[in-house]
Amino acid sequence: MSAPAVITGLLDFRRLDLLATGDSALHRLDARAKVLVTLVFIVCTMSFHRYAVASLIPFFVFPLAVVTAARLPIAFLLRKVALVLPVALVIGLPNPWFDREVLVQLGGLQISGGWISLLSIVLRSLLAAAAAIALVAVTGFPAICGALERMGMPRSLAVQLLFLYRYLAVLGEEAVRMTVAREQRGGGRPLSIRHYGTLVGRLLLRTWDRAERIYLAMCARGFTGDFRSGPPSRLGRPDIAYVAGWCGLFLLLRTHDVTQWLGTAALGVLR
Amino acid sequence: MHMADALLSPAVGGTMWAATAVTVAYCSRRLRHEADDRRVPLMGVLGAFLFAAQMINFSIPGTGSSGHLGGGLLLAILLGPHAAFLVMASVLIVQALFFADGGLLALGCNIFNLGFFPAFIGYPLYQRLAGEAPGTARAGVAAVIGAVLSLQLGAFAVVLQTVASGISALPLGTFLAFMLPIHLAIGIVEGVVTAAVISFVRAARPGVLPTAVRSGHAVHGMASAFLVVALVLGGVGAWFASKNPDGLEWSVARVTGARELESPQTGIEAALGRLQQRTAILPGYGFRHETARAAEKNEAPNGITNSWGSDRLGKSLAGVVGGSITLALALLVGFALKLRSRWR
Repeated sequence: MSAPAVITGLLDFRRLDLLATGDSALHRLDARAKVLVTLVFIVCTMSFHRYAVASLIPFFVFPLAVVTAARLPIAFLLRKVALVLPVALVIGLPNPWFDREVLVQLGGLQISGGWISLLSIVLRSLLAAAAAIALVAVTGFPAICGALERMGMPRSLAVQLLFLYRYLAVLGEEAVRMTVAREQRGGGRPLSIRHYGTLVGRLLLRTWDRAERIYLAMCARGFTGDFRSGPPSRLGRPDIAYVAGWCGLFLLLRTHDVTQWLGTAALGVLR
Repeated sequence: MHMADALLSPAVGGTMWAATAVTVAYCSRRLRHEADDRRVPLMGVLGAFLFAAQMINFSIPGTGSSGHLGGGLLLAILLGPHAAFLVMASVLIVQALFFADGGLLALGCNIFNLGFFPAFIGYPLYQRLAGEAPGTARAGVAAVIGAVLSLQLGAFAVVLQTVASGISALPLGTFLAFMLPIHLAIGIVEGVVTAAVISFVRAARPGVLPTAVRSGHAVHGMASAFLVVALVLGGVGAWFASKNPDGLEWSVARVTGARELESPQTGIEAALGRLQQRTAILPGYGFRHETARAAEKNEAPNGITNSWGSDRLGKSLAGVVGGSITLALALLVGFALKLRSRWR
């Protein structure tokens, strides 16, 4: 990655992180409720058969509703979500090649199973990415860690995640400074592996020293092995309603083909 | 090499979540026993370091393209396998949440593929090959071999998970022929880069790298590594030998142009299918009834319906088989490591 790309990545990370400081009814919900709803959403959408296209579409209502209700910047989040498309296309594109059985006939147009499953993979990728990013944007990373810990994740991993989160931007900035400095002095020459070893090794040693300083600072402040946060939040009536409402809808959409039903109804009205 | 949600069925994704959860629980218990306060901030910042290091790209000689560090083996060399696995898990969780890399359902797969193999297979091999105080060349060779093995197993696992899920139509053979050579190249580069960083650190500040390598440690590490490799190969062998039409054979039938695949209505396969249909949490498939009706009439419905029905059956069956193998693997390795720590 060149320096501008690294900087953009870092700025995006910060911006997404800051979205969680917003204030809306969704932001105030218990993080466990939001994590649970996201997990149910992902299991429901990803459990469709490989040719599911129409039945996946109603599920977009969830990320859209969350983003709108929490007053999040839609354009920015769409850009983040769209980043998964290249990967989905790379792995989905062989499908039309290997799977040529015609499944859909629209007039003279024959569509093979491969194209349908490719479309399904693209929709799945978008749904999964939208759900994950919407979760971070309305919940915030520390709250998600807290929720996961209360749902059974070992403490050591929770502490590890919070540490990583706190120092991500700090070390990311060091990487940016090193990249910029090297690009300015290197006259556009690519970074060879040997020099990469020196550069990253130097960064590693700086990280090591930083860890030592952090440790001493923590000792001075009486660190006992976990991060202190406020009193744990409790699941209230809005949280339960949120979980019940969304999970009910997901199960309905999963077990009943609402798209088909709507289509038939619409055709019936037209006729 | 991130596995993506869109390619994964909940059966495979859930099993890999379970395998990863077991490994996380095991690693954090191990770390709690060897309480070392200094390591808590070190692990955290090294996770952030890995992010930063992945942002910096190097050029790959002779290709004109560029790459970045994976880092699993480097972390294991710096921190030991248990801490390295947790750091890798934390990095992948942040990537899944903030960068939508992979996704939440695929998180179990990704942590296992990119964390378990370097920490518990690549690293013991590296340790064994590098010995106590390796010279630069020897450490380099060891790092390349360790990284290649980890990445080959990781790529292999990605292929198995994808094929077992049955969302992608890529047949196993083609997918392997595509993934393994690419990851051979990636593994060599990863090993060379890891060796470059390690050799710089060793020259600049030797104290950072752990030096005391007990030989017993490495021997048992190797034993468990070989056990895992043997089991993976055995599992795949069984898979190929299986007469049941699972997701794999279904794809093969597709490629070879077989229009229809008979869905057996008798024997263990059908019984499993009936059980699976009865116990399905979300029995929402319209064609499930059609398959059942066809079974009653003892005639195949039209080709599409039939292939869908057997697809679903094969998908779940393949998922359960593949998933159980990997879970059993994880448990076995955990058990082997536990035994080892007791012998000490």
